[in-house]
Amino acid sequence: MSDVVEKTLTALPSLLSFDSQPGAAKLSSTSKLASLIRGITELTSKHEEEKLIQQELVAIKDQVSSPNTSMRQMKELMVRAIYCEMLGYEASFCYIHAIKLAQQGTALDKRVGYLAVALFLHESHELLLLLVNTVLKDLQSTNLIEVCMALTIVSQLFPKDMIPAILPLVEEKLTHPKEIIRRKAVLALYKFYLIAPNQVQHIHNKFRKALCDKDPGVMTASLHIYLQMIKENPEGYKDLTGSFVTILKQVVGGKLPMDYNYHSVPSPWLQIQLLRILSLLGKDDQSSSEIMYEVLDESLRRAEMNHNITYAILYECVKCIYTIHPKDELLEKAAKCIGNFILSPKINLKYIGLKALTYVVQQDPKLALQHQMTIIECLDHPDLIIKRETLELLFRITNGKNVTVIVEKLLDFLRTSKDDYTTIDLMGKVAEVAEKYAPDNKWFIATMNTVFSLGGDLMQPDIPNNFLKLISEGFDDGEQDRMLRLFAVDSYVSLLQGEPEKLPQRFLQVISWVLGEYSHLREDLEPATVVRLLAHVLDLKQASSETKSWVLLAMTKLCEGEAAMSVLQGVSETYSSSMDTVLRQRAQELQNLHLNPELWARVLPRDAFTEPLEVDSSLSFLDGYVSEALAAGAAPYKSPHQRQEELAQAKAVSMEPYGLSLPISMSLSSLDGRQSPTLLSMSSGLSGDSTDHSHKAGTTTLKLDKVKRVWGREGYLAQRESAVVEVPSPVHSADQIEEVGISQDPTPPPVADQEKQQLASSLFVGLGSQTSSSLMGKSEPKHQRLRKKAKDPVSSSEISKQTSNSIFPPPISVDNLLCNSNMDPKKSLPSCTQMTESSQGSAAANGTCAAEGEFTEGDVQGPEPSLFRDNRLTIAGSCETEEPVGMKDLCLTSYLPADCIGANHSEFTPLCSSHGVHLSACHVHKDDTLVLLVFISNSSNSDVHQFIVQVDSGDVEVSCLSESPVEELRCHHVEVCQYSLTAKRPSVHLEVSGLVSFNMPDRTPQTTHFSYKLPLPSFIRPLELSTEEYGTMWLAFSHDTKQNLTLVADVQDSLRATLDVLERKLHLHVVAIIGMEGIVACRLLPDQPCLMHCRVHGGTLAVWLRSPVPDLPDCLLYHCQRALQEV
Amino acid sequence: MIKAILIFNNHGKPRLIRFYQYFAEDMQQQIIRETFHLVSKRDDNVCNFLEGGSLIGGSDYKLIYRHYATLYFVFCVDSSESELGILDLIQVFVETLDKCFENVCELDLIFHMDKVHYILQEVVMGGMVLETNMNEIVAQVELQNRMEKSEGGLSAAPARAVSAVKNMNLPEIPRNINIGDINIKVPSLSPF
Repeated sequence: MSDVVEKTLTALPSLLSFDSQPGAAKLSSTSKLASLIRGITELTSKHEEEKLIQQELVAIKDQVSSPNTSMRQMKELMVRAIYCEMLGYEASFCYIHAIKLAQQGTALDKRVGYLAVALFLHESHELLLLLVNTVLKDLQSTNLIEVCMALTIVSQLFPKDMIPAILPLVEEKLTHPKEIIRRKAVLALYKFYLIAPNQVQHIHNKFRKALCDKDPGVMTASLHIYLQMIKENPEGYKDLTGSFVTILKQVVGGKLPMDYNYHSVPSPWLQIQLLRILSLLGKDDQSSSEIMYEVLDESLRRAEMNHNITYAILYECVKCIYTIHPKDELLEKAAKCIGNFILSPKINLKYIGLKALTYVVQQDPKLALQHQMTIIECLDHPDLIIKRETLELLFRITNGKNVTVIVEKLLDFLRTSKDDYTTIDLMGKVAEVAEKYAPDNKWFIATMNTVFSLGGDLMQPDIPNNFLKLISEGFDDGEQDRMLRLFAVDSYVSLLQGEPEKLPQRFLQVISWVLGEYSHLREDLEPATVVRLLAHVLDLKQASSETKSWVLLAMTKLCEGEAAMSVLQGVSETYSSSMDTVLRQRAQELQNLHLNPELWARVLPRDAFTEPLEVDSSLSFLDGYVSEALAAGAAPYKSPHQRQEELAQAKAVSMEPYGLSLPISMSLSSLDGRQSPTLLSMSSGLSGDSTDHSHKAGTTTLKLDKVKRVWGREGYLAQRESAVVEVPSPVHSADQIEEVGISQDPTPPPVADQEKQQLASSLFVGLGSQTSSSLMGKSEPKHQRLRKKAKDPVSSSEISKQTSNSIFPPPISVDNLLCNSNMDPKKSLPSCTQMTESSQGSAAANGTCAAEGEFTEGDVQGPEPSLFRDNRLTIAGSCETEEPVGMKDLCLTSYLPADCIGANHSEFTPLCSSHGVHLSACHVHKDDTLVLLVFISNSSNSDVHQFIVQVDSGDVEVSCLSESPVEELRCHHVEVCQYSLTAKRPSVHLEVSGLVSFNMPDRTPQTTHFSYKLPLPSFIRPLELSTEEYGTMWLAFSHDTKQNLTLVADVQDSLRATLDVLERKLHLHVVAIIGMEGIVACRLLPDQPCLMHCRVHGGTLAVWLRSPVPDLPDCLLYHCQRALQEV
Repeated sequence: MIKAILIFNNHGKPRLIRFYQYFAEDMQQQIIRETFHLVSKRDDNVCNFLEGGSLIGGSDYKLIYRHYATLYFVFCVDSSESELGILDLIQVFVETLDKCFENVCELDLIFHMDKVHYILQEVVMGGMVLETNMNEIVAQVELQNRMEKSEGGLSAAPARAVSAVKNMNLPEIPRNINIGDINIKVPSLSPF
C-alpha cells in the first residue's frame, strides 16, 4: 500500500470537517463509506475482503433496522449496501428498506431509494408489489424529478402483469408540457410494447403524435417504437415512408438545433435509427425505395467527414442501400464505401467493413472478388476478432469449388481457438458447408473426423446427429451411399487401431454406431476384428458410461460369427454386473440376443433405418381401455394445463389494490374460453380427450430422430411436424446468387505475393463471372451431391426448384408470337410494328369490345394482333367515362386465359415494375387447384429479351401451366404466365415470391423481385361428406384447436347464419346441423381435410377443429374469426 | 437493447455495474470476471468490439468497450445496436462525466457511485438509449443537483473532499494500487 494514498485517505475525514456542518452524523457516515473503501483497498486476499464486507453488512443491518436512523443516514447506508452488492455480496435485508426509502422520503431520499431498488430488485421479485403504490403516487406528483424517477423505474423493472395498473398514468404523460417527461414516457411505453404488445395496442395513434412532437428528443424516442413495430409488420407503416424520409432529410440538412450536433455531425444516432427504419420499409418494395434514393444519396455525400460517428452512419447507409430495391448508382457508391472501410488502417473500420461485406456478398459476389487480397490479409490479422469475422465472410461465399480451401482455413482457426463459444459456432459452420459442398467422400469423412476430434465434447449434439442421419439415409444414389459408408468404416477402423484414447466421447459414439451398422459392408473385415477394437474402447479409462452403452449396442449388432463370441461373452459378463443400469441392460441384451440368432435377426435387421417407423400418435389402441375406464366411472382425463387453470380460478389472487380502472389479466380470460371443459361433448371421440391442447412445445434436448414425441411433461402432446433441425441455411450457393451485371473479370492487383495470389484464386473461385455460366443452366449437380434426400423440405426442394428453373429450354418464340395459336394458353400478342394494315380494322373493333368488357371467348382466342395497342387507344378515347384503375383491370381481364374466364378471379394486384415492364397478378379459384396468373406488360417502346420469370415459394407447390416460357416481350405487349398452386403447409397467409429478369434492348440485364400474398381461404375447398364419414374421420385426426367465436347476432337461427357466412367466405361445406350443433368440413388443396364441430354455447359458438395436418386448425380458426368479425 | 454496462479498473475491480436484464448475483459476478478477462488481454491496437462471451445471450451479444487510463467502460449489447454508435455513446457518457465532475477520475467514480448512476440514468433508461445530447444530459443532472443543494445535500461534502485531494498535487502513484492513478484522460476524440 502506498503511503501517499493511505495518507490521502486518512486525511479524508479531516478534510471533510472543514465544512462546519451541523450534522456530525453526516460526517461520520461519510467517513464510513470512505473507510470501507479504504479498508477494501488495503486487503491482500479475497478471503479478507469477504470478512470485512461481512462485518460491514452486519453493521449496516444493525443500523438500518434501528428506529433511530435518520433519513440522511439511511441514504448513506443504502449507498454502502449498493457498494457491497456491486462487489458481489448480497445485502437482501436492505431491499425492503430501499423500498421504504423510495416511499417515504423527500425527493432526494426517493432518488437514492429508487436507485437502490433498481439495482437490487428484478422483474419477478416479490417485493416489487410494494412499490406499485409509490410509483402511482409519484407519477401523479407535480415534482418533475419524482415523475422522472417513477418513469425510469417503471421502464426498468415493471413486469407484464403490473403494467395495466400504471398504463393510464404513463399514457397521460405523453401530453405533458415538459419534453423530458414526454420522452421518458415514450420510452417506457416502448418497453411495455416489447414485453406486452397487446396492452398498448390502443395507443398506436398516440405514438404517431410523439413522432410529430416538436421536441426532437421525443421524436427520437418514438423511433424506437416505430423501428420495432415496422420490424414486425413493415406493410402496416408504408404510409410513413415519406415522413421518415422528410425527417432524415431535415436532419441531414442540419435543420436541428446545434445542440444535437455531435462532433459537428447532426444527431448521428437519430440518423442511424432512421436509416434502419428506411431499410425495413424499402425491403422488397420498389415504390417505397424510390422515395428514399435521394436522401440516401445525400446522407452518403454528407457523411464523408472523417470521424468515427460518420462511419457509423455510412455503415447504416450501405446496409440500407443493399437491403432496399437496388439502384445501380447508389450500389456503386455503397460498394466504394465498403472498399474504404475494408482498406482503412483503422481496425474498427476494417471490422465494420468486413461485416458490411459479409452482409452484401450474397447479392454482389463481385465485391468480395475486388477485395480478395485484403480479405486474405485479414485472415492472418493478429486480432482474433477480425480473423473470425473474415472466416464468417468466407463461410458465406463457400461454394463447391472453394470449399476445400475455406474449410481448411476454418479448421486452422479451430485448432488454435481457445474460446468455447467460437469453437462451437465454427464447428457447426464447418459441418454445414462440408455436408453441402463436399467434393468427394474421402474429403467429407476426413473433414468430419477433424471436426469431431477438434470439437470434442463441446460440440452441439446436432452435428453428430446430422452426420449419422446423413450416413444412414444416404442420397439418391445407392452406390454412392455404399462408398461413403465404406470410407467411413475404413477410416474409423484405422482410427481405432491408432490411439482411440485421444478421441473425444462424442466421436467414439459416432464411430461405434457406424461400425455397428455398416462394418459388414467391408467383406474382408472380420466382425471379430471390429468387436475386438470396440472392446478396447470399452476398456479405456476415460470412456463415459454413455459411450460404453453406444459401444455395447454396436457390439450387439455385430454378434455373429464364432470368433467374436468369446470377446462378447467376456464383455457381457463384465457389464451384466455393472452399477449403471443402462449398461447392465445393454449387456443383458447383448447376452440374450447373441444366444438367439433368430431373435437377433428380427430385432436388429440390417439397414433398418431405411424403413420408417410407424407410430400411432393418436394412441388409438388405448381407446378401448379408456372407454372401459370411463364406463367404470373414472373421471374423464383433463390435461395438467386445464387442471391448473381450474385450480387457478378457484383461488385466483385478487389484483384489486392496484387494478385501478383497467381490467387486468386479459390473457387469463381468453385462455379460459379456449379451454372450456364443457366443450367435451360426447361426439368428440375418446382419443382426443387425452390430447393436451396447450401446444406447449417441449423444450427437451433429447433428439429422437424418427420417433415422434407422444408423451411430454404435460401429458400427451399434440402431434407436431417432426421438427426439422436444419434451419434454412443463410448460405446461398453460387448458382443462387443473383447477378448484377458482371461483365469483366476483376483486374488482378499488380504487386502481390505469389502465395497469396494462389490462395486468393482458390478461395474466390466460383464467384463472380463464373457464376453467370452456371446461372445459364450449367449448374453443377455435384454441389448438391451430399444433400439429404428431401429430408429438409424447405431448403432441398427450394434448391431443386432453383436448378430446374434456371435450366430453361430454349424457347422459340418469334413464330409463336406471330401465329398466336388457339392452343397457346398465354396470349402472345404481336406489336403494332409487325401488324399489317389489313388487320387494323378488326383489331380496332376488338379493342372497343375489350374496353366495354364484353369480351367473349371467341374474341379472345381469335388470332387478333395488337390487341393491347388498340386497347390503349380506346382507353385514351373513353377515359372521360371510365376510371383509369377500372380500365386497367378491364384491360387485364381481356387477357384472362379462356379456361379462367368463367371462374371467379380476384382483383388484379400490381406486383412490381421496372423499366417499363409491369407485372400484375390475380388468382382464380378452381375446384382442384388455385391458378395464379401473372400478367407482364411492356409499356416501353422497345422489346426486351431473354425474359425469365421464376415463381417460387416455401409454403406453396408451384407448377407452371404455360407450355413454353416467355422469352421475348415486344413493346406494348402483354404476356400471361399461368401457375397452378397447391399448399405445401398451412399458414395464415401463403406467400409466393418470384423473380423476373430480362435484358434491356441495350443488353443491360435487369432483375426484379416480387411477392404475392394469398390468404389461406384461397386454398380451401368444400369437402363433401356424409355424417358417418365425418364421424370416422373425426376420430382419426390428431391435431386440434378449440375456441369460442362470436355468433352472428340479431337473427333467428344464429347458428345457421354463422355457418352460412363461413360457407360463403371460406368455402366450407356444412355437413349437417342438428339442433344447437353443426358439423362442417373442408379441405386444403390438394386434399388435406379439416373438420369443424360447432356448438352454440352461452351466446358464443364453441368450435373445435381437427385435421391430420398440424397448424391447419389454428390457421383456419384465424380466418373464421376474421370472417365473423367482418360481418 | 443494452444488456449491461460495466465499468471496472485495470485490475478488474468493479466501479459501476448496471444490468438491464436480470441475472442472479453470482452470475453477475461471473459475467464481470469473464468480461474483464476477455477485455483485459486485448491490446490497445485491436478493435473495440468483442463477440463470443457465452454468458449473456450467446450469439446475440457483443461487447463494445473503451479503455481510458485506469478504467474500462464496457457495454454489453445485443445485435440491434450499432457498434460504432455505442462506441461513441461511451465517449458521450465519459465526456458527460468529465463535465459533471470537472476532470473526472477513478476516485470520483468510487466515492460518487450514486451520482454516476444518476448521470447514467439520463443516458440509458431501462436498456434503451434515452439521450445522446450531452448538453441535455448535463442539464438534467444539474436540475437534480440544484434540488440537492437546496437541501444542503450530503454528497456535496465528499465532492469537496475529493477536489481537495486533487489539489494536493499528488506525486505519481504506483500503478498496482487499486485506487491509484487519478485522472482519466478524456481525449477529445480517441483515435481508432
